Amino acid sequence: MSVMDVSQPAARASKKGYSHKRNRRSTSVALAMLMPAAVLMITFLIIPIILTFGLAFTNARLISPVPARFVGFDNFVRLFSNDTFWKSLLNTVIFTIVIVPVQSGLALGLALLVNAKVRGTTFFRTVYFLPVVTSMVVVSMLWLFMYQPDGLINVMLSKIGIAGPDWLGDPRTALFAIIVLSIWQAVGFHMIIWLSGLQTIPGELYEASAIDGAGRWQQFVNVTWPGLRQTSIFILITITIAAFSLFTQVNIMTQGGPLDSTSTLVYMAVFTGFQQQQTGYAAAISLVFFALVLAVSLLQRYLTREKAAQR
Amino acid sequence: MLKRTAKLVATTFMAASLVVSITACSKGGATNTQPAAGGAQTLTLWTHNAGNKGELGAIQQVVDDYNASQTKYKVDLQAFPQDSYNQSVVAAAAAKKLPCILDIDQPNVANWAWAGYLAPITGMDDVLAKYLPSTVAKWNGKVYAYGYYDVALSWVTRKSILKKYGARIPTVDQPWTGDEFMALLKKIKDSGDFKYPADMATGWTGEWWPYGYSPQLQSFGGDLINRTDYKTADGILNGPAAVKWATWFAGMAKDGYMPKKSSADPAADFMNGKSALLWNGSWTAVPTRQKFGDDVVFAPPVDFGAGGKIGGGSWTWGYSTGCASPEGALDYLKFASADKYVALVSKDTNNIPTTDAAAAMVPGFEPGGKNDVFRQISKKYTMLRPETPGYPFIATTFTKAAQDILAGADPQATLDQAVKDIDDNQKSNNYFQQ
Repeated sequence: MSVMDVSQPAARASKKGYSHKRNRRSTSVALAMLMPAAVLMITFLIIPIILTFGLAFTNARLISPVPARFVGFDNFVRLFSNDTFWKSLLNTVIFTIVIVPVQSGLALGLALLVNAKVRGTTFFRTVYFLPVVTSMVVVSMLWLFMYQPDGLINVMLSKIGIAGPDWLGDPRTALFAIIVLSIWQAVGFHMIIWLSGLQTIPGELYEASAIDGAGRWQQFVNVTWPGLRQTSIFILITITIAAFSLFTQVNIMTQGGPLDSTSTLVYMAVFTGFQQQQTGYAAAISLVFFALVLAVSLLQRYLTREKAAQR
Repeated sequence: MLKRTAKLVATTFMAASLVVSITACSKGGATNTQPAAGGAQTLTLWTHNAGNKGELGAIQQVVDDYNASQTKYKVDLQAFPQDSYNQSVVAAAAAKKLPCILDIDQPNVANWAWAGYLAPITGMDDVLAKYLPSTVAKWNGKVYAYGYYDVALSWVTRKSILKKYGARIPTVDQPWTGDEFMALLKKIKDSGDFKYPADMATGWTGEWWPYGYSPQLQSFGGDLINRTDYKTADGILNGPAAVKWATWFAGMAKDGYMPKKSSADPAADFMNGKSALLWNGSWTAVPTRQKFGDDVVFAPPVDFGAGGKIGGGSWTWGYSTGCASPEGALDYLKFASADKYVALVSKDTNNIPTTDAAAAMVPGFEPGGKNDVFRQISKKYTMLRPETPGYPFIATTFTKAAQDILAGADPQATLDQAVKDIDDNQKSNNYFQQ
């Protein structure tokens, strides 16, 4: 698409042997500019990932006088027979499946609202964005108090005659409670992204469609939504990845409980790796998590590209 | 196409790194013993007390006195915040830059001794014989660290409450029996005067769980692991006594005798009259006395059949294998173990002084003093957390099992799983033999 269109003339030019030297110099400039980021990426991303691959097949421990030993697939055998692992995987998947559509949908709704040409939208934009700039740790602490059996939420529910449950203490409601707070915290960020997408849609399109007699809904389906295509792919992928890595809220509010109902893969990896000192086992969990995120991302890229080709 | 692939690879690496980067960021800087100017050798000392004014001041006083007392060594104190202290030590050990002298949370001593961080303390047997057993941390028959103080758990309540519901005031020699205790709770609950008859601080997390609740398990006759050889927990953590404890523990919440998840400040709830009895440490003595004066009672742990039990062990001092001058480190540890320093540190932290002589110097802890009860309880009922390098794993496994049981999991199945996990871990480490 746009990226391709720009690069094609350049490619043609170099084929003609028109400016080889200049091209090479710009390549070295590009490489030099890439260096700082590349060094950081390699040191803090690529090398740890390679280490994880290696550690996952050993019995390495955080604190031990005995050197790590190669144990083959032992860690994975143990992992796949562990109930907590399957529950954590299920929780991670449920969390993602709920968060992705609900959070992006809500964010789009908010973006449409604050995009309306009425007074005071800046105020609402700020209000919706406030939770995003608040640290997740602080947000989790606040909601921890609100979710208490006699906390703010249950007090308000009791005013309208509903006896609220012990939100975080009941295995049936704990994950739901964490989902709600996570959406509340992050929805503002995606609202801003949607908003930037909305503002790139030319106003003439709306005027033209209005002249053609399109109603509000038809305008949304035929003008707004197609105009947001690129934005929606970006949002889909960022929300999915953020949802998979759920950790902070769980660590602060429930520590994976009650009865593993809020345990996630990342929480489990950190818990086994640090509290239980099993570095090798935690690396195996991270590896499974890596494979899962890789697979889902590939699938999403494949699906979204397919649709682009049809257009 | 290429660009797109690169983007894809970048996004996926970003995602995976979210996990991995957590592993990568625990490394910190460290310093080591260096010869200082003027001929004196510098010994680095690490403490977890940054931000903890009282105890840090007392330790600084000990260090200053030591430096003034001789010219051969110079101790250099470096304080860390408690939250990141253990990580700093582990990172320093990985980088072979351990400090010379350091303080260690007692349950970690065996683990760190096994890992080769700590060197055994020698030549102090006479001094340490006068210390409370729970403040001398041993592993494999050797002493690795000693502490100035301990804390004691007790049932905090009020004389007026016990009188109203017709319960006797227990003494250190005659604690409540399990039946007496449950009868009292039932009476209080039936009266409806309190939101909860008891509060066991179930809202706290981490090490509080094994510290606070494994003594109750031991009082029922169970334990965390078989302490004869530390090889298995089978029959100990999942035997009939342990299941009885688990059923009692879950029932306390289920029957409304205590909150399933206490608030962040259970002592405040007790003082505000929300609960009648509070399972808590000697640190609550100051605020509760302020509120209730002489009415407050610190009752010894309930005897559920195998005698009352409380946990023991707090922060202790030892020296590392990375110390360039073990003689210097031992010299400091000997100097610092004097009664007057035990008294000084305990006084500034309001904890139980470890020696009789020091107790006599700390107001309230002298025989017959108002805090003497904690020292009595500590002497009589303390059972140390298992001194095995596998303890950190045992502690977290027990915590998870107890939390699940409280949330309604089947006691027998949960404890069986915990036993299996603990046994696997002990075995996969070759039972921590050297």
